[in-house]
Amino acid sequence: MSSFPYLSTAIGLPLAGVVAIAAVPKERARLARPIALITSLVTLGVTIAAAIAFKTGGPRFQLSEDYSWIPAFHIDYSLAVDGVALVLVLMTAVLVPVVILAAWHDTDAPHGVSMEQGAPAGTQRSPRTYFGLLLGLETMMIGVFAANDIFLFYVLFEALLIPGYFLIGSFGGAHRSYAAVKFLLYNLLGGLLMLAAVIGLYVITTRTIGGTFNFQTMSKAVADGSLTMPGSTEKWLFLGFFVAFAVKAPLWPFHTWLPDAASEATPGTAVLLVGVLDKIGTFGMLRFCLELFPNASHYFTPLVLVLAVISTIYGALLAIGQSDIKRLIAYTSISHFGLITLGVFALTPRGQVGATLYMVNHGLSTGALFLLAGFMISRRGSTSVGAYGGVQKVAPLLAGTFLVTGLSSLALPGLSSFVSEFLVLVGTFEKYPAAAIIGTTSIVLAALYILWLYQRTMTGPVAKSVEGFKDLNVRELSVIGPLLALIIALGFVPSLLTNYINPAINQTPAMVRITHQQPAGQSVVQNSVAQANGSGQ
Amino acid sequence: MTPILAATASTPAPFVAPHVEFGKLSPMLIVFGAATLSVLVEAFAPRAARYRVQVTLTLLALAAAFAAVIALHNVRTGVVAQGAVAIDKTTLFLQGTILVIAFIGTLVIAERRTEGGQDAFAAQGGSVPGSQQEREAIRAGWLTTEVYPLLLFSVGGMMLFPASNDLLTMFVALEVLSLPLYLVCGLARHRRLLSQEAALKYFLLGAFSSAFFLYGAALLYGYAGSVQLQQIAVAIHGNAHGSALLYAGVALLGMGLLFKVGAAPFHMWTPDVYQGAPTPITGFMAAATKIAAFGALVRVLDVALIGSADIWRPVIEGVAIITMVVGGVLALTQRDIKRMLAYSAILNAGYIIIALAATTTAGLAAVLFYLPVYGIAIVGAFAVVTLVRDSGGEATDLSRWAGLGKTAPVPAALLSIFLLAFAGIPFTSIFVGKFAVFQAALAGGAPQLVIVAVLASALAAFFYLRVVVVMFFSDPVPDGPTIANPSIAVKTALAVAALATIAMGVAPAALLHLSNVSAVLAR
Repeated sequence: MSSFPYLSTAIGLPLAGVVAIAAVPKERARLARPIALITSLVTLGVTIAAAIAFKTGGPRFQLSEDYSWIPAFHIDYSLAVDGVALVLVLMTAVLVPVVILAAWHDTDAPHGVSMEQGAPAGTQRSPRTYFGLLLGLETMMIGVFAANDIFLFYVLFEALLIPGYFLIGSFGGAHRSYAAVKFLLYNLLGGLLMLAAVIGLYVITTRTIGGTFNFQTMSKAVADGSLTMPGSTEKWLFLGFFVAFAVKAPLWPFHTWLPDAASEATPGTAVLLVGVLDKIGTFGMLRFCLELFPNASHYFTPLVLVLAVISTIYGALLAIGQSDIKRLIAYTSISHFGLITLGVFALTPRGQVGATLYMVNHGLSTGALFLLAGFMISRRGSTSVGAYGGVQKVAPLLAGTFLVTGLSSLALPGLSSFVSEFLVLVGTFEKYPAAAIIGTTSIVLAALYILWLYQRTMTGPVAKSVEGFKDLNVRELSVIGPLLALIIALGFVPSLLTNYINPAINQTPAMVRITHQQPAGQSVVQNSVAQANGSGQ
Repeated sequence: MTPILAATASTPAPFVAPHVEFGKLSPMLIVFGAATLSVLVEAFAPRAARYRVQVTLTLLALAAAFAAVIALHNVRTGVVAQGAVAIDKTTLFLQGTILVIAFIGTLVIAERRTEGGQDAFAAQGGSVPGSQQEREAIRAGWLTTEVYPLLLFSVGGMMLFPASNDLLTMFVALEVLSLPLYLVCGLARHRRLLSQEAALKYFLLGAFSSAFFLYGAALLYGYAGSVQLQQIAVAIHGNAHGSALLYAGVALLGMGLLFKVGAAPFHMWTPDVYQGAPTPITGFMAAATKIAAFGALVRVLDVALIGSADIWRPVIEGVAIITMVVGGVLALTQRDIKRMLAYSAILNAGYIIIALAATTTAGLAAVLFYLPVYGIAIVGAFAVVTLVRDSGGEATDLSRWAGLGKTAPVPAALLSIFLLAFAGIPFTSIFVGKFAVFQAALAGGAPQLVIVAVLASALAAFFYLRVVVVMFFSDPVPDGPTIANPSIAVKTALAVAALATIAMGVAPAALLHLSNVSAVLAR
């Protein structure tokens, strides 16, 4: 409970950066890069300050800000974070400066490729547009996690697509236009279904508790039984939200946009796409689906678990079969998102803490993996696995960091993902052992796709095309360094994050209800919060 | 009705002038007066001065009428002019909106810089296309300044249409707004045959729909014994006569009105007319006619026919669904940007009908919010179309727009704003409009309409985005179109439209409030 508007500042700073970049004259367009970097670093500082101001023993939602926005529909500009949202905001704020630094030369004329005829470099790849869009994306991503008003959440959720669309479509690879349209259409369709559900929810609140979009109010009303709806309505509304999040996350069978988008986008965009944007999906499931529609969540849990398990195995199998490095990483993400969804819908505190932790860890390790792949690709100009070989002899730093992030991705103990994957599987096993057992096989598959990728690209005789490879330079090291440090630190001290996440999960009112599987309509038993407290650390 | 008929039959009684509230009618009187004056200007002013005088007169009249609307905002509302006209909050809101749209539209219509001192209209409307006479008129640099009086008459009709409180006044207003539009649609400077064909189609189908409307009005008169909306409502409430007349009358009247709003299955004229008409006129027509027609439709349905809502609501809901499906699906196949926008207009008519079908105050408020924001965006979108030109006038084929984002970033960005708004992306005005519409429909208990609307929106996003893709993600064609550098007036119009589209998306509270308090009909 602080008077300083941390969240608005964190949202407003990147936006101010966008304005500053727009004011940069065309001749000095490169100034956009330092402006973007500095803005994102200051934003990171503000979010860290917000995390310090957040009292882990305090109420669930803190750092609240409320201003009336559209009174006709009871819509407020209302922000508040719980521990889950806070760690995701932190992850976003960490990843953006890293991505900006990694993307430093993305808008330069492509090395070794002749310029397209007639188009001067300045208009072809404008650094102002690129870095402006990145900062715009950051504003909306932080806003999505911090929103307490469901309408605000929705508009940011949808508006995110526009900078994402232009980042993929204007700066990506050869098939970028196709990938961008696919990305937008999939997500827009999901989002529109969610819009119908959001409005439906609002209409129900006007009939029961007085029209509101305030999430905390609704969550409380659902928990104390004052916001009730017919079972079929609840199921439809749940589906409206869930499909939007399942597209975003992405869950099989809504996933097909991701490999295209992630492989066509620049590595920096791909990191934000997979690392942050997709987390909104799993975050939304945890926050909105479970808390607002507890009975429907319970009803649909078997279905969701099946989809999650399929995603896990399917993503891993397809990753093994890929010959394009970026596509491969994208499929590994689908597998990981399956596990995260498994943790969310295991409906156990341990599984949900694990899932939240996994969201952060996946952002860090897959982000690092994408960036390293990007560094390799920028040296060789090819995204094909077959174009590389024996990199570790010519560029040992590149190969070494790649190995560590890869091992983190396959959840080696001591690296960050291990804790979260373990928690997810244990949490799932408590209630759904079959799902957990099948999900566990993905760990074996993960070892296969990561190590085989490493073996094919990094070991063996030095491929002709790899000769003369430069090792990581200072800029690239300063990109990967912080991520690796975080991966290792969170591997050993996950309590850095679980201190925030645990109370948030355990204070979820609806959470308490569903974990005890009361038949729908029975009185709520809010007793055994304590049972969950052992999780994490 | 009866007093008029009686007066002619009986012995000459002392003539008592009917009481007419001229003050409350002043916005319309100003526009009609200016239109008449404008005809005189056409007759007496020297040719060289006409353009300047006409444009000034038109803009001044529209501004003065708008000021009159503002001045009226607090007067006691109700039925005036012997029950012929209803001046209520809804009327004033719609009249103000029409005037704003007409003002912005006139700025675009009056544009001469995009084509070297010539406007978008044929040098001499009466000349045969390709004839010697036409060449001479062009060489002489003539301008068809008759457009401005026609425009003013049409605006006057549009202002009267949603204000009409009886079916005869409504019919007169319908004709006053339509006839000038039929004419100006045929006056395009380029592709004149296409333009004249469009005008003829518009006129023939429009005449049909007017006939339907008139027949429906006659049947309702037979049913209710009056053409006044309130009297019809009373008759329906009393259920005095057989319902056959009522149903037939409602159906025919509805066809006439749905034709004007461009709802399926009465939409056939839209793409051809939108494509053939001079683009500035298309933009004006797409926005203002729709506003006026929806205003009239709302009044007929909500004031006169509300008692039989159970009968027409399923039909209107069906029309909404067909309209959205037709608009969304057929837009996918279009290669011409004007035709695509025409189908998009059909689609948007479908959304508005959803809110109409709710027959609640929230529904009416949603309609009132949707109309101005949509109108502004469509005027802006067509204004951008006028800027992209090649030797044969405007380059409206989508393939010609490739790479426009690189060669002309500002027009491309403006059009993208409007298209993203049509697609319903948050932080644009139409998103808020859709939100209001869907909210009204769900609260009114019609989730099936919202589901269809949501799916149609997703479909629509595809074709709006295709334009964005063509502009931004493909490379410019070698001999691409040139981008006209418009006058300050058009630049202002575009800037206002784009800013309004974003501002009403980010901070819609004021307009939402206004539309909420304006959602009151004189009953």
